[in-house]
Amino acid sequence: MIGKWLDIGPVTQIEPGTARTLPVEGGEEIAVFRTMNGDCYALVNKCPHKQGPLSQGIVHGAVVTCPLHNWNISLMTGEALGDDKGCVPTIPLKMDGGRIFLLREAVLARQAAPQAA
Amino acid sequence: MNAPQNFDRGGRERLVVIGNGMAGCRAVEEILARDPGRYDITIFGAEPRVNYNRIMLSPVLAGEKQFEDIVINPAEWYAGSGITLISGDPVERIDRKMQSVIAASGRVEPYDRLIIATGSDPFIIPVPGKDLPGVVTFRDLDDVNKMLAAADAGGDAVVIGGGLLGLEAAHGLSLRGMKVTVVHLMPTLMERQLDEAAGWLLKEELERRGQTILTGADTEAILERDGHVAGVRLKDGREIPADLVVMAVGIRPSTLLAKAAGIEVERGIVVDDHMVTSDPAILAVGECVQHRGTCYGLVAPLWEMCRALADFLCESPTGYSGSVTSTKLKVSGIDLFSAGDFSGSDGSEDIVMRDAARGIYKRVVVRDNRVIGAVLYGDTGEGSWYFDLLKKGEDISDVREALIFGQAFAMGGALADPNTAVAALSDDAEICGCNGVSKGQVVACIEGGAHSLDAVRSTCKASASCGSCTGLVESLLALTLGSEVKSGPKTMCKCTSFTHDDVRRLILEKQLRAIPQVMQELHWTTPDGCASCRPALNYYLLCAWPGEYEDDQKSRFVNERLHANIQKDGTYSVVPRMWGGLTNPKELRAIADAAEKYGARTVKVTGGQRIDLFGIHKEDLPAIWADLNAAGMVSGHAYGKALRTVKTCVGSEWCRFGTQDSTGLGVKIEHATWGSWMPHKFKIAVSGCPRNCAEATIKDFGVICVDSGYELHVGGNGGIHLRGTDLLCKVETEEQAMEMCGAFIQLYREEAHYLERTAPWIERVGIESLRQRLADVEEVRKLAARFRLSQKYSQHDPWAERAGGKRADLHAHIAQVRPLQMEPAE
Ligand code: SRM
Ligand SMILES: Cc1cc2nc3c(=O)[nH]c(=O)nc-3n(C[C@H](O)[C@H](O)[C@H](O)COP(=O)(O)OP(=O)(O)OC[C@H]3O[C@@H](n4cnc5c(N)ncnc54)[C@H](O)[C@@H]3O)c2cc1C
Ligand code: SF4
Ligand code: FES
Repeated sequence: MIGKWLDIGPVTQIEPGTARTLPVEGGEEIAVFRTMNGDCYALVNKCPHKQGPLSQGIVHGAVVTCPLHNWNISLMTGEALGDDKGCVPTIPLKMDGGRIFLLREAVLARQAAPQAA
Repeated sequence: MNAPQNFDRGGRERLVVIGNGMAGCRAVEEILARDPGRYDITIFGAEPRVNYNRIMLSPVLAGEKQFEDIVINPAEWYAGSGITLISGDPVERIDRKMQSVIAASGRVEPYDRLIIATGSDPFIIPVPGKDLPGVVTFRDLDDVNKMLAAADAGGDAVVIGGGLLGLEAAHGLSLRGMKVTVVHLMPTLMERQLDEAAGWLLKEELERRGQTILTGADTEAILERDGHVAGVRLKDGREIPADLVVMAVGIRPSTLLAKAAGIEVERGIVVDDHMVTSDPAILAVGECVQHRGTCYGLVAPLWEMCRALADFLCESPTGYSGSVTSTKLKVSGIDLFSAGDFSGSDGSEDIVMRDAARGIYKRVVVRDNRVIGAVLYGDTGEGSWYFDLLKKGEDISDVREALIFGQAFAMGGALADPNTAVAALSDDAEICGCNGVSKGQVVACIEGGAHSLDAVRSTCKASASCGSCTGLVESLLALTLGSEVKSGPKTMCKCTSFTHDDVRRLILEKQLRAIPQVMQELHWTTPDGCASCRPALNYYLLCAWPGEYEDDQKSRFVNERLHANIQKDGTYSVVPRMWGGLTNPKELRAIADAAEKYGARTVKVTGGQRIDLFGIHKEDLPAIWADLNAAGMVSGHAYGKALRTVKTCVGSEWCRFGTQDSTGLGVKIEHATWGSWMPHKFKIAVSGCPRNCAEATIKDFGVICVDSGYELHVGGNGGIHLRGTDLLCKVETEEQAMEMCGAFIQLYREEAHYLERTAPWIERVGIESLRQRLADVEEVRKLAARFRLSQKYSQHDPWAERAGGKRADLHAHIAQVRPLQMEPAE
């Protein structure tokens, strides 16, 4: 199990109702959200519409409104809500002792093929 | 059975229980009820007393109960059931090889079956001073006695933790006469159980009762004086005096014994559906266990676990499959209930009812026609019904419409349709409590020609005040007119039935000062609004209470939160202010340096007479701002619903046609108006003569200088719908022009709808009415004074604040991932 979860730090680093970003070298940036009632979710930081940075949207309930063209994206499933169609990958997240952990393989899944070393 | 048998003591198996608490004793009771003679039972308890109802420690602290009242099993029970109770002697070790437990006193007790029921330990936050005398937790009777002793001496108490336990402790201590401050890390109290709205109501109520509630407050240290606790210091530097500090920040399953014995432990002691641990001879039950990944902190699940455990030990295994829990707060006079999932997930719908007059908030979360969660504040009568629907997963489509009104109403068959229910009301039934209007009066008013909600409001006043009867009035409209109902003016958004004007008026009338308060008082139908009403409310409150309202950054659109314009690729553009379009070599040099240093891929002169740097990353914003600040430049608010630019032409200083100093006046106006937040963006221009090179007649406020003075124009727009300005008036001096500019802006700030430019606003209200109001010298003076007052609080360069380190979290990544390694940010 060791190395399976990445510790990305204390949850208090994210103000409820906002998100912060986690760049992955050679991969896709991840947005880590914390809702008003304290639940945390992680998504690839790219709107399924035109790759808007979801981390910068307004969070209400467990939904974020994309800052570029106002699509509403579910933080739980990554799915676009309402009439819009599209889905952004979610990253499994767990909390332990007030810290946030992301599933390592999901974080690295979107990495470009390993560079020839 | 897997366990080795040992037929000592009359052939009975020896059952040892570690933990004389709620789960341990209940497990024994359940076993005795099934097979009283089967086991020879010994219970170890660390506490020197019989088993009592731990949850009632709160009423004991509050003085509502005595210890004797909360004893579950008196000494006679143990004796009469043939149980050996060894209290005040904690077990220190489990020897699995020898199948025995060893207590602190040295006593060794062999077992055939062992039950671990050690409960939880309070979590102590690792801050300096945590071990000082006067710092207590809230778990057992000894803790309560310590608190009572402290309360006798009076003074200040700080409770760290605004969850269920913390608030019950705070309540008890404040009833005992202490001055209580609750310090809570999260922005809402009991955030695991309550949503923002209910958390806010709870906070208001506790504050009304004299407690001080600090949310978003992170404890840094516990302070000492003369070897005793003296206070608490928060990370923001605030210090709160304290003679007693109660730590109630959470619990941890008590697993040390099990772990030391080599039993599988994750967060709790891992058990299967029969409460058996990784050692088949050892079971565990209560808060110390982890079942299917979950640890519980409430008693209801323990009862179910104990039944499964007893069934198993008495050889009729049934199995436990986990529990859904619900919470109530035991603070007298505060009714609060929550259950299930209320985070507002996919495809889930919220049914919200708010009754501000009675302080009630009810929210039921429904997904696929099933109740999945509920939060009730103020009236929890229906809690058990919703909880029942939730646990059974019943299809509620038949009662959905009336679900929120409660079981009696929803189950009333035909009454389930609110229209039918309203139709069934008698003519003298009261519809609007605020204005005392009966159903008969509303119907008469509709029949008399009031065919819309607004018309009803203005004729008979029903639903014109608090608005809680809006739904009833709408039903009456539908019933009386059939399909002819005229839809009223558009509501603010789908979260409310109020219009922008209503909301603005009610914020002032009812003195509403926070977003959750507006949502409660005005019966919002969503728990925390949406991306369109949150920014609007934030602006309305900011405008209504200058200097007092604390801006809610998370209710702002990204551009206003990051003080830069987001671009299609997620980078930002940076536009420093150039007063009246003037610049100089020093500024231009700083802009050029910044463009190179931060890799601006495009540098462009904007349509607003200043320079835009494109492609800046959010992490670099504070640094580029610091550089621009150093050259004397501030934010241009090119991103804000705020004053944008004041365009000027060269004017009398150079131009052969110039009649007045248009450049100078533009600069003065920009200095007076920059930084102000508005319903939408606001643009100004000053042209030195009617040739109008600054395009003043397509601006929100335009000045055209003429020989005899200044023509003031308003409501121009060069955007999607081109609109030339209307002439507002003509004035003689610069001072008069500036005064009128402030007055006009303030009128717009106070009366327009959020996201309404001056052009559509003037189209809506009519230029004539504005001309009239601004012809009144007194009114102009008052408006301009209110504008200046609000400017006192908004003319701080937001760039300088951020460059100085404020809200660094908005700009920095939380951490970075490099392949095969990991570096946390802090
Ligand atoms: C940069 C600039 C274009 C330029 O390169 O010249 C610009 C760029 C944008 N304009 Fe503009 N407008 C710019 C001057 C104008 C002007 C000319 C002016 O101000 O004299 C107009 C017409 C005049 C007017 O507003 O009446 C103008 C009418 C609009 C509109 C339509 C507004 C309307 O009421 O119909 C929008 C859309 C909106 O605001 O909703 C808009 C929106 C935008 C946005 C913010 C689009 C967006 O939402 O992302 C663009 C962002 C650019 C950025 O990231 O910096 N921009 N925009 C100009 C910035 C001026 C400045 O220094 O602050
Ligand atoms: C003030 C307060 C109010 C609460 N209010 C509510 C409420 O309103 N509703 C609700 O559902 N829940 C409430 N709870 C939670 C509830 O009390 C617990 O869920 C419940 O008591 C857990 O039972 P348990 O047997 O697992 O643990 P406990 O009741 O804590 O029992 C564990 C016992 O084991 C003993 N022990 C530990 N280690 C050893 C050892 N090595 N040797 C011998 N003995 C040991 C402990 O001293 C303790 O007596 C409240 C809790 C508190 C403290
Ligand atoms: S005119 Fe359109 S494309 Fe050009 S800056 Fe304005 S909003 Fe963007
Ligand atoms: S990129 Fe997100 S809505 Fe367009």
